[in-house]
Amino acid sequence: MGKLGHTGTPAPHDSAIKQVTGRADYTDDIPEPIGTLHAYLGCAEVARGRIEGMDLSGVLAAEGVVGVITHEDITGHNDISAVHADDEPVFPVSEVEFHGQPLCAVVATSRDLARRAAELAKIEITPLEPVLTTREALAAGGPDVTAPLKLERGDAAEGLKSAQHRLAGQMEIGGQDHMYLEGQIAFAMPGEDDDMVIHASTQHPTEAQMIAAQVLGVPANAVVVNVRRMGGGFGGKESQMNLFCCVAALAARKFGQAVKIRPDRDQDMTATGKRHDFSADYEVGFDGEGRITAVEAQLAARCGFAADLSGPVTDRALFHADNAYYYPNVRLTSRPMKTNTVSNTAFRGFGGPQGVIMAERMMEEIAYKLGKDPLDIRKANFYGVGERDVTPYHQTVEDNIIARVVEELEESSDYRARRDAIMAENAKGGILRRGIALTPVKFGISFTATWYNQAGCLLHVYKDGSIMLNHGGTEMGQGLNTKVAQVVAEAFGVDLELVKITKTTTEKVPNTSATAASSGSDLNGMAALDAAEQIKARLVAHAAEKWGDVCNDVQFADGKVLCGGEEFGWREFIAQAYADRVQLSAAGFYKTPKIHWDRAKGQGRPFYYFAYGAACSEVEIDTLTGECRVLRADILHDVGRSLNPAVDRGQVEGAFIQGMGWLTTEELWWDEAGRLRTHAPSTYKIPLASDKPREFNVRLAEWSENPERTIKRSKAVGEPPFMLGISVFEAISHAVASVADYKTCPRLDAPATPERILMAVERLKR
Amino acid sequence: MAKERREIRFILNGSDVRLGEVAAQDTLLDFLRNARRLTGTKEGCAEGDCGACTVLVGRLVKGRLRYETVNACIRFLATLDGCHVVTIEHLRGADGGMHPVQQAMVEAHGSQCGFCTPGIVMSLYALWMQSAAPSDAEIETALQGNLCRCTGYEPIFKAARAAAELGDPAADPLEAERADVTGRLKAMADGARVTVSRGEDRAILPADVADLADVLAKHPEATIVAGATDVGLWVTKFLKPISPAVFVGHLSDLRQVDAKAARLRIGAGASYTDAEAALARAFPHLGPYWKRIAGWQVRNMGTVGGNIANGSPIGDTPPVLIALEAKLHLRSAEGTREIPLEDFFIDYGKQDLRAGEFVEAVEIPLAQEGVRHAAYKVSKRRDEDITAVAAGFALRVENGVIADARLVFGGMAAVPKRAAQAEAALKGQPFDAASFERAAQALAEDFQPLTDWRASAEYRRLVAANLLRRFWAEEGEGAKARLEGV
Ligand SMILES: Cc1cc2nc3c(=O)[nH]c(=O)nc-3n(C[C@@H](O)[C@@H](O)[C@H](O)COP(=O)(O)OP(=O)(O)OC[C@H]3O[C@@H](n4cnc5c(N)ncnc54)[C@H](O)[C@@H]3O)c2cc1C
Ligand code: FES
Ligand code: FES
Repeated sequence: MGKLGHTGTPAPHDSAIKQVTGRADYTDDIPEPIGTLHAYLGCAEVARGRIEGMDLSGVLAAEGVVGVITHEDITGHNDISAVHADDEPVFPVSEVEFHGQPLCAVVATSRDLARRAAELAKIEITPLEPVLTTREALAAGGPDVTAPLKLERGDAAEGLKSAQHRLAGQMEIGGQDHMYLEGQIAFAMPGEDDDMVIHASTQHPTEAQMIAAQVLGVPANAVVVNVRRMGGGFGGKESQMNLFCCVAALAARKFGQAVKIRPDRDQDMTATGKRHDFSADYEVGFDGEGRITAVEAQLAARCGFAADLSGPVTDRALFHADNAYYYPNVRLTSRPMKTNTVSNTAFRGFGGPQGVIMAERMMEEIAYKLGKDPLDIRKANFYGVGERDVTPYHQTVEDNIIARVVEELEESSDYRARRDAIMAENAKGGILRRGIALTPVKFGISFTATWYNQAGCLLHVYKDGSIMLNHGGTEMGQGLNTKVAQVVAEAFGVDLELVKITKTTTEKVPNTSATAASSGSDLNGMAALDAAEQIKARLVAHAAEKWGDVCNDVQFADGKVLCGGEEFGWREFIAQAYADRVQLSAAGFYKTPKIHWDRAKGQGRPFYYFAYGAACSEVEIDTLTGECRVLRADILHDVGRSLNPAVDRGQVEGAFIQGMGWLTTEELWWDEAGRLRTHAPSTYKIPLASDKPREFNVRLAEWSENPERTIKRSKAVGEPPFMLGISVFEAISHAVASVADYKTCPRLDAPATPERILMAVERLKR
Repeated sequence: MAKERREIRFILNGSDVRLGEVAAQDTLLDFLRNARRLTGTKEGCAEGDCGACTVLVGRLVKGRLRYETVNACIRFLATLDGCHVVTIEHLRGADGGMHPVQQAMVEAHGSQCGFCTPGIVMSLYALWMQSAAPSDAEIETALQGNLCRCTGYEPIFKAARAAAELGDPAADPLEAERADVTGRLKAMADGARVTVSRGEDRAILPADVADLADVLAKHPEATIVAGATDVGLWVTKFLKPISPAVFVGHLSDLRQVDAKAARLRIGAGASYTDAEAALARAFPHLGPYWKRIAGWQVRNMGTVGGNIANGSPIGDTPPVLIALEAKLHLRSAEGTREIPLEDFFIDYGKQDLRAGEFVEAVEIPLAQEGVRHAAYKVSKRRDEDITAVAAGFALRVENGVIADARLVFGGMAAVPKRAAQAEAALKGQPFDAASFERAAQALAEDFQPLTDWRASAEYRRLVAANLLRRFWAEEGEGAKARLEGV
């Protein structure tokens, strides 16, 4: 038996073969029991208004309709807020707060009939004046949808005043739809007593369980939530599935049948939250070398009508408004604005990318002001090692490797020479212009809600030696199950094939955290290891008891168990342990050490460690149309000691492209009535194969090792590389700047669509 | 009247299917997933834009079996009469295990969440059948209609390149069953008119073009459906009834593309793919432009006739065809008539199409010597995106003077429209930068475009003018004025 499959090896995704043959089951593929009903939402068509009445007689008379669910059918508490803010009803009672807000659900014998009938709902609404954008909300003086945060160190006002140079800027940073390929879906089956089993596409089964129980008015032990796999999540299924789970469960309870709800893509996109768009205002002071002396910035976000996760998202924007840079004096404030739009939510990076891009814009502006290469400004401001190493939230950066990462990439991408060549070529004039940029990322790992940093695992070794692994994390494509199985296989020294991971279920591991904040393998890998170590300890004790002290040193390797010169096959050893009545099952647990956070003070150590990376992108733009192509991207990314280099590489590549999409073609466009008009792939354009950089060189920093005692010294990888896409944005800016000989830093808002690029070019030409 | 059959017949993977109770609006995807529980084919959007539902449909073309990728979500079930539907479940290698494309995807780590994967495998499979050693450009084209939100596509390119090393297209099981399938499909083709229905909802597949005219004479209110890449969305997104629907995609007479008598004739039922080679041969400037219309699956289904008949101001074929002085052939039981294509578009949502009439063909004069052509499309994303501004230009330059100019724009008005003022500004003027600059200025009087999510009015105006500048840069100065693949 080879070592293939243990940590550090590129084991294929555990579902790969099922996926390529079409045999991997998603929630909609689960066979439906006879009598299964289908629910469909009826949604508001104004951005804000008072609900005067609902006439559902047309709906009820429609073919196939079994009934409806309104707020009156809620047997428990009418709130699905992920933070228990009591501001997010399943269905509102008196006021519509955004265009597309679900108001009722129609239940029918088929999805098609439910969908058609939902169109017949007549809801009388007196329109009220909505507040649609962040700037509008700021101008109106609020309200904030949740408490803002302030991070402060040193004296920013004084630092700005005494700075040799200072500049002020603004940036509008667009949101992003998750566009997971598998949309939201929940499938509820009623059982005995109050029991309810819900199959859902969710990153957070425990939350779906708790919220469904709350809405049904039953204890959590009555509700089971299962998820085998998701067709993508990206944060969009961290809290947004609550609505669907609750509607399915309410209907299943009311009609006593299994009920499935699956919105169409339009409804999925209009009724569920997205990445927050931000309006950033900043002022920065710096010296003649471009070294920052002080930063003062406000990051205001369009949060939508309810708090959802906007608090932690806007917090994280502040935590990353420094990216990899030391601000000697700093004052950062968040403004989570309430607006009459869908409530924005988690999305890979969780506010971090919006903070990072503001930092990168400041670097660019300083560089143009001083006539320097932006990379030199970046380097001049990197956190130091042993000095200049305290963040705006008073955590010391102890594991800083950004300088090495950037230096290696600068070298391997041939950044300087290419930049010179590009600028020489641009100097000839011409319609097509090129640009290049190298940007770093430093990303803090841990949930800032400290209590989320815990995980559980249930591990069984069956008497034939096969292993069943369940942990609290969910699989959405990121390869979590594969990595955790690798950890367990390695712990027992057996082949990966012996370890089976099936669905995540609240029945097996309770009180789990969302699979989010890139934490999946950090937390669940450790919990699994804990469980494996418990079983191993019992096996070792048993061996010692049985064969004497020679067996104190028991080794599990290559599918064998070595014990005092004796060698047993794994299966044989386990069979014997079973016969000798050794408990072969364990519940593992892990909580992240060292972290603490005092939000009121804005001080603490919210992050266990940081992950680092850098990307260098080269683009070409058409100055007549604003069209853009990414010619080349080079990436060097730090995943510590990789648990699975193939999976990690996939995360890096995918995150980069998703980050690039956020900043280029993915535009959310609301009309004046507050209606989202880009609500399906026909109108909302995520990257395609042909948008991938023509040349794409991705490397993991193989020398890196997490100084903290994480699972096998690896680092989290889900979110950090998302921000590498910022290099594309800054390269576009570089190309645009060429039309005015790089004298001005172009004002460029995100996403840099062809239109934004062309308009930036035009402004500079004038 | 032609003889009539009351059921559709097709082959699904290995088995024959006969269905009598079929509504016009039933889609192949719902049939696969709900009726047959073939759940490998996924629904990601139900609007033809994500490719998660990609399957292969084989049909007999001049007696030979041809397979193409299509989007099952907007492919109407009734149109499968006489076809072979191949889903992911049918794919396998010569040894009965994984197909080389599937194996390559596993080895390249080409799936993460896996939801896009069956569709991607089907597209790569179709590519592999066409060329076992594809170029990156070919891979891009094959994947134009497939979104993947997880991988960033890099491993999928690797898989596409590697598949050939894992197996030979000649040994493909589908290849082996070709003769058998061909025989079975031939046996199904009885030349009958097919009518199927469920309740009041009815679908008619006329026996031939003459029969189509008869059917429409009897049902002038019917919805004509060709590739269903517009009509499919009326159903899946807007829940619009289309019954009675008259399907025309199976009519081989209507799909002919031929160049004769100095004209290129494209039958109204010819798909973009059917027309591509002949069109690019006759008009090389349309080669790259054509590849930017929708994605591969949609080009395999959608027709030029449907694009015209749909009357959209942002359809991509009218501007370039009007620039080429295309004529439209309209036919009904009463006879045929020919009109200049530009006259077909009367106003937004209003075309010169009479009750009972259908588009039979579009014809383009081939002798266009001395004419400089260009076709431009500008959209937010390069591939599979709807136009913000499209343009078709044709300029005849004689002795340094612009003798004639046809400048046609899409996305700028309620219909695809010629820029009369800009054309006037060019005609009789020297072929130089100043003339184009004046024409660019004159465009302001030609159009008052709208602002929407694809582009603002200001951007559209600016880009339209800049496309004239691009034309001069390319044609007059020989400059490189376009990004790769645009
Ligand atoms: C994902 C996707 C991407 C797309 N991208 C583009 C794009 O980039 N550019 C673009 O221009 N279009 C695009 N389209 C739309 C394009 O595919 C259609 O306009 C197509 O050309 C219509 O042809 P069809 O055969 O599918 O028509 P259908 O949908 O079958 O019919 C369209 C209309 O034409 C009528 N019709 C069809 N045939 C005839 C006939 N012979 N006589 C009279 N009436 C007829 C129908 O009644 C209907 O009103 C896209 C569509 C999709 C789904
Ligand atoms: S489901 Fe998206 S293309 Fe068919
Ligand atoms: S693997 Fe998830 S969408 Fe492609």
